[in-house]
Amino acid sequence: MQHLQPVTVPVDTLLEWYRTLVFCRRFEEQTERSFRRGKIGGYLHVAIGQEAVPLGFLSTTRPDDVFFVSYRDHVHTLVRGTDPGAVMAELYGKLGGTCKGKGGSMHLFDVARGNYGGYGIVGGHIPLAVGAAYALRYQGTDRVCLCFFGDGAMNSGALHEAANLAGLWGREGMCPVVFVVENNRYGMGTSVERASAVPELARRFDAYDIPNERCDGMDVVTVYEVARRVVDQVRRTGRPYAVETLTYRFSGHGAADLFQPYRDKQEVERWRQRDPILLLEKRLREAGVLDDRTAQEVASWADRRVQEAVAFAEASPEPPPEELYRDVYGS
Amino acid sequence: MAEMTYREALRSTLVEEMDRDPRVLLLGEDIGVYQGTFRVTEGLLERYGPKRVIDTPISELGFIGAAIGMALLGLRPVVEVMTWNFSLPAADQILQNAAKVRYFSGGQVSVPLVIRGPNGAGVQLSAQHSQSLESFYGHFPGLRVVTPATPADAKGLLRTALRGQDPVIFLEHAALYGVKGPVPEGDYTVPFGKAAVVRPGRHVTVVAYSRMLHLALAAADELVREGVECEVLDLRSLRPLDMDTVAESVRRTHRAVVVQEQWPLFGAAAEVAAGIYERCFDELDAPVERVTGADVPAPYARNLEKLTFPDEERIAQAVRRVLQ
Repeated sequence: MQHLQPVTVPVDTLLEWYRTLVFCRRFEEQTERSFRRGKIGGYLHVAIGQEAVPLGFLSTTRPDDVFFVSYRDHVHTLVRGTDPGAVMAELYGKLGGTCKGKGGSMHLFDVARGNYGGYGIVGGHIPLAVGAAYALRYQGTDRVCLCFFGDGAMNSGALHEAANLAGLWGREGMCPVVFVVENNRYGMGTSVERASAVPELARRFDAYDIPNERCDGMDVVTVYEVARRVVDQVRRTGRPYAVETLTYRFSGHGAADLFQPYRDKQEVERWRQRDPILLLEKRLREAGVLDDRTAQEVASWADRRVQEAVAFAEASPEPPPEELYRDVYGS
Repeated sequence: MAEMTYREALRSTLVEEMDRDPRVLLLGEDIGVYQGTFRVTEGLLERYGPKRVIDTPISELGFIGAAIGMALLGLRPVVEVMTWNFSLPAADQILQNAAKVRYFSGGQVSVPLVIRGPNGAGVQLSAQHSQSLESFYGHFPGLRVVTPATPADAKGLLRTALRGQDPVIFLEHAALYGVKGPVPEGDYTVPFGKAAVVRPGRHVTVVAYSRMLHLALAAADELVREGVECEVLDLRSLRPLDMDTVAESVRRTHRAVVVQEQWPLFGAAAEVAAGIYERCFDELDAPVERVTGADVPAPYARNLEKLTFPDEERIAQAVRRVLQ
């Protein structure tokens, strides 16, 4: 196991993050069960193993900051404070969902909390985030925009065209966007090495004069420290920045990715040694604020909360037929 | 009423709305320093500065996507596409994001975005630069698709677009920028989804839009000599589509010809013809005729190109056929 960075975050915050990580993990595991039971339809992409990245980054933002995310969007939405019942209800296709059941797993939105959505086309949301960042400066604010996407998006034209615009507009201080690459090693089943001519993804932002770096995406404290510095800088300068976080998904790409022929069990096991929950638990145990009993309490609390979310989703009505033609147009 | 060109109608509307609403900003290729390929944005960079008149790289996917992001955050971007042919690299952004994000967010966001520029055939521009994309965009719920044929409608529809809440596919026509016409003064708007009876008549309804309207009017002039009175309708907007006005006219004339520049299959004329059959089947005295472009990529050679796109004579022939 890699040596962990010294802790600079208050221990209460660490404990809170631990609770959040455990809760998100339990939530994602529940969605997989609900999918198998036919309660959740369509596609389901969970972020099991990747939770430290959205938690670390979104912990550094202000409530009035905004973000865009790919279809692997449950954890981003949960850590931003959206009611878990509404998230689960959305996955269940219910009226009480974040989007009245009209978006589903890939399209969680909570605009009141700056969540401008999950998007289903790889790379397709990245230009939106760049334009949103421009708008924030145009409106004379110091708000910032975070844009989360996977390593798969790094080879899309959308990323490169958007990054070029961000580089250009950033020169004038008009593009406070943070590109957060969630490099989980695989775009579906194709590894970064097999997909990217330059597998060091951060370095590709050099082409657009966007400062960039790579960081560990499994240790939430590391992610947080990097994110805090980067978000502050972007807020101050109005210039874009890219962070490639090295992370891993323990689950398949989607619910249909059962056999995972592109990787072996040993690789998954190696990465499990760096499970973000495990790493944080180690810190907390070393700090003497977590023992078996507390860990058990956190687990029970998380399970209860997940079951409450399921109960809410189950009880929520289906969207009525008149919802079918609503929300197509605004005027 | 002031007399002005289609181009001036567009430009003056942009100026009026930008003066009125600081949220309106422009993006596009060569709209600033170069003043716009068709000079619709002439002088606007000087007037509003580079933060509101943004010269973009040749990067439609990027800047149209960015404009959608601006709209999500409350701005009112107007994108100029140099021609609509160049919108296709951004089709994913327009169709998958702009058209749908209100719906899949459960109504949490709006995309008040206008994308405007010339659509349709040029002169000897060959296959990649001569085509009409209205039925392509018109297929998608969530978009508005409008096709002004006159300076007055250019102004009125653009103003409606700039004050609405939805993404608008604003299809101009390169052959129309220099066309002059009367334009009402003041805060003139034309609602979407309201066709215009441009020329009343009692023998046959001729439905057209964009440049085809002018050909239909010329054909109608010609047919007067044969004692035929055409009622010429300008759809003005394809989504929403005003079938009420079309059906009301056909119920009086009992005959219809629908004209479009684009390819025949799955085109706007097919949609209008189907709508006529659904509403007026028992009142028709002849099958509906369609006049369309030829089902080929646009050729370069002038003689072949002339065979490709509808002209006045082909419209007149179609009218004669439905009157037989």
